[in-house]
Amino acid sequence: MLEKALKGGPKYWAWIGFLLLVIASGFCVYLGQLKEGMTITGLSRDVSWGFYIAQFTYLVGLAASGVMIVLPYYFHHYKKFKGMVIMGEFMAIAAVVMCLGFIIVDIGQPQRMLNIIFHPTPNSILFWDMIVLNGYLILNVVIGWTCLECERQRVETPKWIKPLAYTSIVWAFSIHTVTAFLYAGLPGRHYWLTAILAARFLASAFCSGPAILLLVVFLVRKITKYEPGKGAIGTLTTIITYAMCVNVFFFLLEVFTAFYSNMPGHIHPLAYLFAGSHGHHELVPWMWTAAIFAILSLALLIPPKLRYNQKLLPWSLAILVIATWIDKGLGLLIGGFTPNPFNEITVYWPTGRELMVSMMVYALGALTLTVLYKIATDVKRELGELTTPD
Amino acid sequence: MKQSRRNFLKFAGLSAAGLCLAPATAAMASGGGTSKEGHAVVNSNSLHAKRWAMVIDTRKLNTEEAIEALAETCHHIHNVPTIESDQNIKWMWTGSYGEVFPEQENNFPSEDQEKHKFPLLCNHCEFPSCVRVCPTKATFKRADGIVAMDYHRCIGCRYCMAACPYGSRSFNFMDPRTHLDMDKINTKFPTRMRGVVEKCNFCVERLAVGELPACAEKSGGSIVFGDLQDPDSNVRKALRENFTIRRKPTAGTEPGVYYII
Ligand code: SF4
Ligand code: SF4
Ligand code: SF4
Repeated sequence: MLEKALKGGPKYWAWIGFLLLVIASGFCVYLGQLKEGMTITGLSRDVSWGFYIAQFTYLVGLAASGVMIVLPYYFHHYKKFKGMVIMGEFMAIAAVVMCLGFIIVDIGQPQRMLNIIFHPTPNSILFWDMIVLNGYLILNVVIGWTCLECERQRVETPKWIKPLAYTSIVWAFSIHTVTAFLYAGLPGRHYWLTAILAARFLASAFCSGPAILLLVVFLVRKITKYEPGKGAIGTLTTIITYAMCVNVFFFLLEVFTAFYSNMPGHIHPLAYLFAGSHGHHELVPWMWTAAIFAILSLALLIPPKLRYNQKLLPWSLAILVIATWIDKGLGLLIGGFTPNPFNEITVYWPTGRELMVSMMVYALGALTLTVLYKIATDVKRELGELTTPD
Repeated sequence: MKQSRRNFLKFAGLSAAGLCLAPATAAMASGGGTSKEGHAVVNSNSLHAKRWAMVIDTRKLNTEEAIEALAETCHHIHNVPTIESDQNIKWMWTGSYGEVFPEQENNFPSEDQEKHKFPLLCNHCEFPSCVRVCPTKATFKRADGIVAMDYHRCIGCRYCMAACPYGSRSFNFMDPRTHLDMDKINTKFPTRMRGVVEKCNFCVERLAVGELPACAEKSGGSIVFGDLQDPDSNVRKALRENFTIRRKPTAGTEPGVYYII
């Protein structure tokens, strides 16, 4: 099937070329990072993780979110998701590729990375994260590829796919839970030290991930006439709406606990993020944008009339994605490191070069996704499930 | 003749201490009971303890200058570079009461408490969160309680920095040698490379040759260093006779550094 990725129109190749260009220029900056060290980032002794790890965390959510399609399809035999299943699985593959990319660019000695395997350390959550992420990648590659191939050959999927698919459903929850445990088990980082963090991660993933998937699918529909089906879109939007409600609710639980208990350690990061402290207000506009967008997205998604309005839907979803991205891709990391262990504030902001390297990883994910979606839509076209593009 | 033998012993002790610096060779040296050549000669003067700990008398040691002088010695013998930015490296440094004991602050502190500076360093915790999270065992706890590091195994993931509640760890954001005077470095101690984490090592390389940690030795008695498990040790005596506190007790790490206030 891979050969399908090599046959495409000029627009397809222009897009691929553009992505390769972004990857190449980002890679040049990354070479600079290898040579000079992580000093090219905005990170510091006090804020020792930043944009890279934040993107990693956000994208683990995207990877896990495929389960919102796979689960109803396999567990509830919800047939309307049949066409979307492969899209969810391929999105998960691209997301895990980006996750691994962000980990690699974040570590100071990448050539020693295999030390995690040579010296396995089960008490480290990072060790488990490595296992669940790679396992999830393999599961999705095997399941997605086999199912698509069977569809193409017009044969039944082999029997062993089912238990594997069930495993991947449970596994999807594990990847985001383990990623939350990376943070939630650290003493002295009050913003992360909360039992609800894994639940928050999952809630945020299950609204933002399918939202991104739907936005991409809308784009694919424009380009290839691939039709996910009205029913599927409607159901997925409802899932997104519920997940976003839970996500906002969980966040408010954190706010209650921090402020009602009046414990300084719990209040401080939230106060810094939303009001600023010690004269630092860097994140205040961002966090309020996130808060307002979150409420706005709910206002646009909860009333059925607005939710099923296909013209409005892409905008509602985009607003939701921005809100969740600021919360998890920016606020979460910085809030965890602020204030620092000395109750002081060290400001972090990503540098241009850091963003360039991040663009490289994002482009790598987009490339993976493009190739996989190209293959999927071509197979569907052969099967007559698509009309040919004009 | 005698002199050179002593030197050799010193060197051998140093290699054994290198357990925390180069475990591959050290493992060969200390575990190689079968081969005669590979057998380590441990310095007979080396200091041992069941649990090393430190007591700092902040009634005597409480000025920026005095602490800086100790930090300078530490940084010199351990080849710690001086970098003027937030990406700096610190093994020992100075903080105000509020910075050192953030959740134990009073609303009306005494004048002394407000004026005083306090030395900061790695606590060599009993239950170190840095060791718990390290995915490669590059940070590990020795049998004598010292939390040591293998710079050659560290992948630079900085998970340990997120995990340490005391901000004790530094990352080499850049090549530290570009910030060292290479003519004046201590050739008996390794320099590090960029991309790895480091911190105070309780002077393991000095303990191995029978010397006390440099900061304790230079402190003129305001820092005592000894075996916490030995009821007759100097640290236990200091703890018995004085009121002490430790940093962030709620973090559950059981620090091995005590402060007499
Ligand atoms: S102070 Fe920090 S770095 Fe030192 S042993 Fe304790 S947790 Fe580890
Ligand atoms: S940075 Fe090095 S010492 Fe710290 S957790 Fe990672 S591998 Fe271990
Ligand atoms: S014990 Fe040694 S390494 Fe640690 S601060 Fe003192 S002199 Fe430096």
